[in-house]
Amino acid sequence: METAVPISITEPRMSLSPWQLFWQRLKRRKIAMAGGIILIFLYFIALFAGFFAPYRYDRIDKNGFFHSPVWPRLEHFHFVVARSEQTSGNFIYRENWNDTKPLHFFIRGDEYKLFGFISTSVHLFGTGDDNYPVYLIGADQFGRDVFSRILYGAQISLSIGIVGILLSFSFGMIIGGISGYFAGATDAFIMRLCELIMSVPALYLIISLRGTFPPDLSSSKVYAMIVVILSFIGWASMARVIRGMALSLRQQQFVLAARSLGQSHLRIIARHVLPNTFSYVIVAATLSVPYYILGEVVLSFLGVGIQEPQASWGNMLTAAENTEYLQSFPWLLAPSAAIFITVLAFNFLGDGLRDAADTKS
Amino acid sequence: MNLLEIKNLKMDFGKNSEALRAIDGISFAIGAGETVCLVGESGCGKSVTALSIAKLVPTPPANYVGGEILLNGRDVLKMSSRELREIRGGVVSYIFQEPGASLNPVFRIGNQIKESLKLHRPEKANDAEVIRLLKLVGIPAPESRIRNYPFEMSGGMQQRVMIAMALASEPKLLVADEPTTALDVTIQAQILDLLRDLKQRLGMAILLITHNLGIVGDMADRVAVMYAGQIVELAPAKELLRKPFHPYTRALMNSVPKLQGNAERLSAIPGNVPRIGNFPKGCRFYPRCPSAKPECENQMPELVEIEPNRWVRCSYAKELRNVP
Repeated sequence: METAVPISITEPRMSLSPWQLFWQRLKRRKIAMAGGIILIFLYFIALFAGFFAPYRYDRIDKNGFFHSPVWPRLEHFHFVVARSEQTSGNFIYRENWNDTKPLHFFIRGDEYKLFGFISTSVHLFGTGDDNYPVYLIGADQFGRDVFSRILYGAQISLSIGIVGILLSFSFGMIIGGISGYFAGATDAFIMRLCELIMSVPALYLIISLRGTFPPDLSSSKVYAMIVVILSFIGWASMARVIRGMALSLRQQQFVLAARSLGQSHLRIIARHVLPNTFSYVIVAATLSVPYYILGEVVLSFLGVGIQEPQASWGNMLTAAENTEYLQSFPWLLAPSAAIFITVLAFNFLGDGLRDAADTKS
Repeated sequence: MNLLEIKNLKMDFGKNSEALRAIDGISFAIGAGETVCLVGESGCGKSVTALSIAKLVPTPPANYVGGEILLNGRDVLKMSSRELREIRGGVVSYIFQEPGASLNPVFRIGNQIKESLKLHRPEKANDAEVIRLLKLVGIPAPESRIRNYPFEMSGGMQQRVMIAMALASEPKLLVADEPTTALDVTIQAQILDLLRDLKQRLGMAILLITHNLGIVGDMADRVAVMYAGQIVELAPAKELLRKPFHPYTRALMNSVPKLQGNAERLSAIPGNVPRIGNFPKGCRFYPRCPSAKPECENQMPELVEIEPNRWVRCSYAKELRNVP
């Protein structure tokens, strides 16, 4: 086939996709990158919580109620852990450094299931003897290791944000995309529905929705329920924003061009309207994850979320609602530090993503 | 049988008492392989007429109140949405004014062309065919270009990609809605050359919409001049350019700058195209017409064939045609 007259003889340069450009701009924002690295670290730890935690989340030490934090010491190039002795009945513990045991790495301990199905008992560290406990952040009122419970709790608290976002955002995007693309009566109907949901105060809606579920649910069902409840509240605001963007995108010439090629409405929404909202959606998703994490915390704190003995950052804080406990055993507040770091990291990353997505900056 | 036959098409925007007639009784035909130009000022209904061919004007607000659009003998206005999707791209393809806005910014151009292939020639939806199409429209180094994003290309290149997309489905009719208005003059000429070349090679018909009379003589077999939702003159391109009959066509031609002769002040048509819903009762060009007579105010002229193949909507066309 002969060709028509070419108009230019310049060789095209290496072409960067919008994602690559986005990544280049993001890399320049150090705080956002720091947030991202912290999050990758946290999620990695949460994924292998059973391995990194010295104990199981529900292991009870009858001699260690409210045990104060104990750290291993370095002696003769070995970490050693002291024998713990309870002095009187007042939960005051003394470490006997004359009687120590070495700290072992990759030691066998409590059984747990990695990723929920690989049964194993190898832990990163431990002493293998209950009289020589390693409570890095102390123990709670049942003598359970707070550090281990924070790691196990991370599995729930960190994943609930991601799952919740996936659910509410995909729902919100589809509904918002349809609403904005078709406009007119469809749009009016869907938007009134969104406003209806948004007009109900979230907390009352959460508690009344919780009331519709039976009180004694297994922890995995409670988890699913929390996700569904939070997503049910969250999709409407997402749908409204996407609808606004779809309303302007539907006027774009490339949508007309796609129609003139015979593409169907749904395909245009999926291929041409929604992908053009992605840069906003990714930023909004990152900035919204903390709301889901905090939502779980609130529900669990109110006692309608994750149930004992399952650990989540929210229900661990329930132990810290007593001021007397707090004065004597301040380490019970440790989960709030975990929440704080996570929320902050998400916000840093989200801000950086927003700046990187804004090509005008 | 003509490829496209529009018969007495009438379209309103809005409904009932608020209805505004945007297209008022348009009739013309395009034969297979023919190039027809639709000329007129902004706002006279050219684009809406063109979009109507594949029923692309959104309804509502638009409302087809009468007439027929026969594409390959079948009435587009009576088609189901599934049939419409088949003829869109399959029989009639479009290219638009701003090539940059016609391409989706977030997809590589190769994928966008493939999208068109998937819809109409799924067996050919591969890179080789995309490259062949890009070569056909004269894009250099198409093998690497298919991985480009629209923003990495110049306007002329983007328009070539749009043309490749429109041709991917092998349409019988290409509707080009001011394809060169957003491009600079040298690129304009190249794109028009390309269209003419493709038309000869692929044997498709072209409906070219423009407000630039300068390109009509180069491109068109026939010309339809539109004014305020109506066709006011329909004639073979060469004859129309040599001797326009309708006062509006004459005025349009007088407002094209000439290269030869003394540089006179460029004449413009006084006033504006009347707004939709505000059309004069009689001849719609009457308020701006230099040769208007009192009767024109109340008497709407018909489009009549005053010489073979020359249709004019002016009550005094016969008398005026010999006026220089």
